[in-house]
Amino acid sequence: MILDGKSPAGPLAERWDRRRQELKLVNPANKRRYKILVVGTGLAGASAAATLGELGYTVEAFCFQDSPRRGHSIAAQGGINAAKNYPNDGDSIYRLFYDTVKGGDFRARESNVYRLAMLSNNIIDQCVAQGVPFARDYAGYLDNRSFGGAQVSRTFYARGQTGQQLLLGAYGALSRQIHAGTVRLYPRTEMLDLVVIKGQAKGITIRDLTTGAIRSHAGDAVCLCTGGYGNVFYLSTNAMGSNVTATYRAYKKGALFANPCFTQIHPTCIPVTGDHQSKLTLMSESLRNDGRVWVPKKKADERKPHEIPEDERDYFLERKYPSFGNLAPRDIASRAAKEVCDEGRGVGPGGRGVYLDFADAIQRLGKDKISERYGNLFEMYEKITAENAYERPMRIYPAPHYTMGGLWVDYNLQSNIPGLYVLGEANFSDHGANRLGASALMQGLADGYFIISYTIADYLARTGPGGASADHAEFLRSIGEVDAASKKLLSINGRRTVNDFHRELGRIMWEHVGMARGREGLELALKRIPELRGEFWSNVKVPGSGADLNQELEKAGRVADFLEFGEVMALDALLREESCGGHFRVEHQMPDGEAKRDDDNFCYVAAWEFRGIGKKPELHKEPLTFEHIPLATRSYK
Amino acid sequence: MDLTLFIWRQKGQQDKGRLDQYTARHISPDMSFLEMLDTVNEGLIAEGREPVAFDHDCREGICGMCSQVINGIPHGPQEKTTVCQLHMRHFRDGDTIYIEPWRAKAFPVIRDLIVDRSSLDRIIQSGGYASVHTGGVPDANAVLVPKQDVDIAMDAAECIGCGACVAACPNGAAMLFTAAKVTHLAMLPQGRVEAARRVCVMTEAMLREGFGNCSNHYECQAICPKGIKVSFIAKLNREYLKTFMGSPGCSTGE
Ligand SMILES: Cc1cc2nc3c(=O)[nH]c(=O)nc-3n(C[C@H](O)[C@H](O)[C@H](O)COP(=O)(O)OP(=O)(O)OC[C@H]3O[C@@H](n4cnc5c(N)ncnc54)[C@H](O)[C@@H]3O)c2cc1C
Ligand code: FES
Repeated sequence: MILDGKSPAGPLAERWDRRRQELKLVNPANKRRYKILVVGTGLAGASAAATLGELGYTVEAFCFQDSPRRGHSIAAQGGINAAKNYPNDGDSIYRLFYDTVKGGDFRARESNVYRLAMLSNNIIDQCVAQGVPFARDYAGYLDNRSFGGAQVSRTFYARGQTGQQLLLGAYGALSRQIHAGTVRLYPRTEMLDLVVIKGQAKGITIRDLTTGAIRSHAGDAVCLCTGGYGNVFYLSTNAMGSNVTATYRAYKKGALFANPCFTQIHPTCIPVTGDHQSKLTLMSESLRNDGRVWVPKKKADERKPHEIPEDERDYFLERKYPSFGNLAPRDIASRAAKEVCDEGRGVGPGGRGVYLDFADAIQRLGKDKISERYGNLFEMYEKITAENAYERPMRIYPAPHYTMGGLWVDYNLQSNIPGLYVLGEANFSDHGANRLGASALMQGLADGYFIISYTIADYLARTGPGGASADHAEFLRSIGEVDAASKKLLSINGRRTVNDFHRELGRIMWEHVGMARGREGLELALKRIPELRGEFWSNVKVPGSGADLNQELEKAGRVADFLEFGEVMALDALLREESCGGHFRVEHQMPDGEAKRDDDNFCYVAAWEFRGIGKKPELHKEPLTFEHIPLATRSYK
Repeated sequence: MDLTLFIWRQKGQQDKGRLDQYTARHISPDMSFLEMLDTVNEGLIAEGREPVAFDHDCREGICGMCSQVINGIPHGPQEKTTVCQLHMRHFRDGDTIYIEPWRAKAFPVIRDLIVDRSSLDRIIQSGGYASVHTGGVPDANAVLVPKQDVDIAMDAAECIGCGACVAACPNGAAMLFTAAKVTHLAMLPQGRVEAARRVCVMTEAMLREGFGNCSNHYECQAICPKGIKVSFIAKLNREYLKTFMGSPGCSTGE
């Protein structure tokens, strides 16, 4: 099947307006008769639920944490992009659009990205009005910084806690609607199934994580805002609970999963210390604005960093990418770090680390300035490593961080299942094969505040309210299936813990479907994942019962999904016989080791359709065309 | 290192709960406190016993989900550090560690170390926001805000809503939490408009939820992992008093 992204036609800058003009509206008096289920209350979900509630729809919002304020968006550090051009340094909507398409290595839809760039400015206005305390200069104007591979300063930030402040803003808006009674909140609740009736999304089945109760919620439409699947690698910068369950189970009900192999490995994370490690901590990319990345020129150099003289250091990013230097995009910086470590020049335990050195910046700007900019990050680093980064360089290493892939959606954010919308990191839409820094927050909020309310109205107006009730046979069947799956997990009573399986899956994924992927490794992964899954279903040990709070059972369900999903990822990576963005196939590289894209054969979105567990999913393609930005080799040299 | 742990176990609200003894073996100083508990839990599961339930998510000190009282101190012995950021190098081989849930009237225990903090969300729902609609707002630079005001707003807005301040307070008050939100918004022109009403409804919500009164013990500031200052409580009190001068006063609130 050839997929249609339903992009509007016409001049780029007018497309969103035109689409809005075509979309039907719901009569204000009728809005409350429509029920919308919003799963997830991170930036995408909280902003969507608040906006839809405010418009008068009846909204139910779900999250697995105890409060919407704890969604994983809270952890974003560095900032959010917008094309305001306040610094007058040459930025524009078009340039943000251009940078995003190019940064994504030409694997995103032009129409979507342009709309995102356009809406970026509204987001900043909205957040400021909510009381988000973005950094300002002494005259009281908003401050900007340059971030992650951009040559203009377009990133707005609130110290090192931008995600927290944006989420608190959205959470405030959501809280206001909860107070007003338009949104009903279900915290500590996990979505475990999507209910599709006559081809339309009509509800979800959930488990109340406190009481263990499994029940269904019927609605006129479902919005999945459930974040990314980076935890398929076990160790990632994501929160412990981040999962693929909501999107994967929708996939099993017919939603297409697009570009699952497009994952982002972030270059600046604290290296692994041992097997006990449960997650990896990101050191904000903003550090690369002032820090210089290097390793010793000599292999296995045991000297302390300050004992290594300048001319025996290799500032490899500055050397390889003179025009972008330490600010080279994430995929490129990560691979470069892996390369020098593979050569045996890595530093720290196990040789899996490179230095991020602030000595020059401290000398140039003073310690106070550096501490004002990054104080909280230096503190965090010291807490974890017991090392003082003012005195010796930080040690960093790449780690799984963000997933560009996600459920396939059209320009209206609707999946191929009518009534199922997907927002934020959970969809695949705007970042192509690589996301630029500070663009995820922007996308989540554009989707939630400014897009979904228009597009969902059109669908609702066309279908009419109250299409399904939770006593429909499909709901009962869904509850039965979810219940049976959790009973099954509890009854296996094997010998290995859920974590143990997750850890092993993570090792397979990191080794073979991680930063560099080769045919042999991918084929091996495709053999080992099903084997591990087989063992999981006969040898996992999940203690306790399903009738109350049971964290092992929650984890078991999520890991079971990762064990199926990992295979789709590896398959997607195997079939994409090119290197682009975060997807690097060792067979496809330029003589100098740079990624070699193949636009003749792979300029498309790969969207996978579920065909049964262990069966090969069916590939559908959405061809990508570039009318405005000519396809070109990405160069940051 | 090896440790002796006394951990609070409680099946649910009806259960009385008790401290059970466990041993943690081969703990690396590089582990975080929660990773140490993971290890203990893996051991319990292997023995067919039920693991200890505890809240956590980001494990980087920002989501506010982790919540444990360690040796009598919410979030444990290290200053300005959440449990998830506390590392085992701050303990010594042979140490005995007591681990308990947040204890406060407004935070009923759900299971083991997990408590119900939805009362904090309800304080925010009562009015802890600027009532702005989506869209129709002015350009972000249209209203200037002095840097020193934003800096104070941000100091207050750093609160992660973990509730340690409540757990540390002898009266179980949520004053630091509420004051942080009141201050954050009152410092900014965008939040100023509703400042009087906000302080009233939030204070009322606080009492309704069963939080105690503030009697200036300042335990909250001492344990706050984000260093939120009690001077914000003074700010809340000032805002509260202002409502009696010229404006309707709080009694006509909600
Ligand atoms: C450490 C870190 C730093 C980052 N820094 C930046 C940055 O500086 N700038 C930037 O632009 N981006 C950054 N990102 C990326 C960005 O934070 C995320 O991509 C973005 O916040 C995702 O938002 P979201 O709303 O899509 O999902 P999330 O915030 O992940 O929210 C997911 C929501 O879904 C809920 N949920 C999930 N599964 C289920 C289920 N099965 N049932 C019910 N509820 C469920 C969760 O409870 C949660 O509420 C960073 C990411 C990380 C990990
Ligand atoms: S787990 Fe998020 S603050 Fe501790």
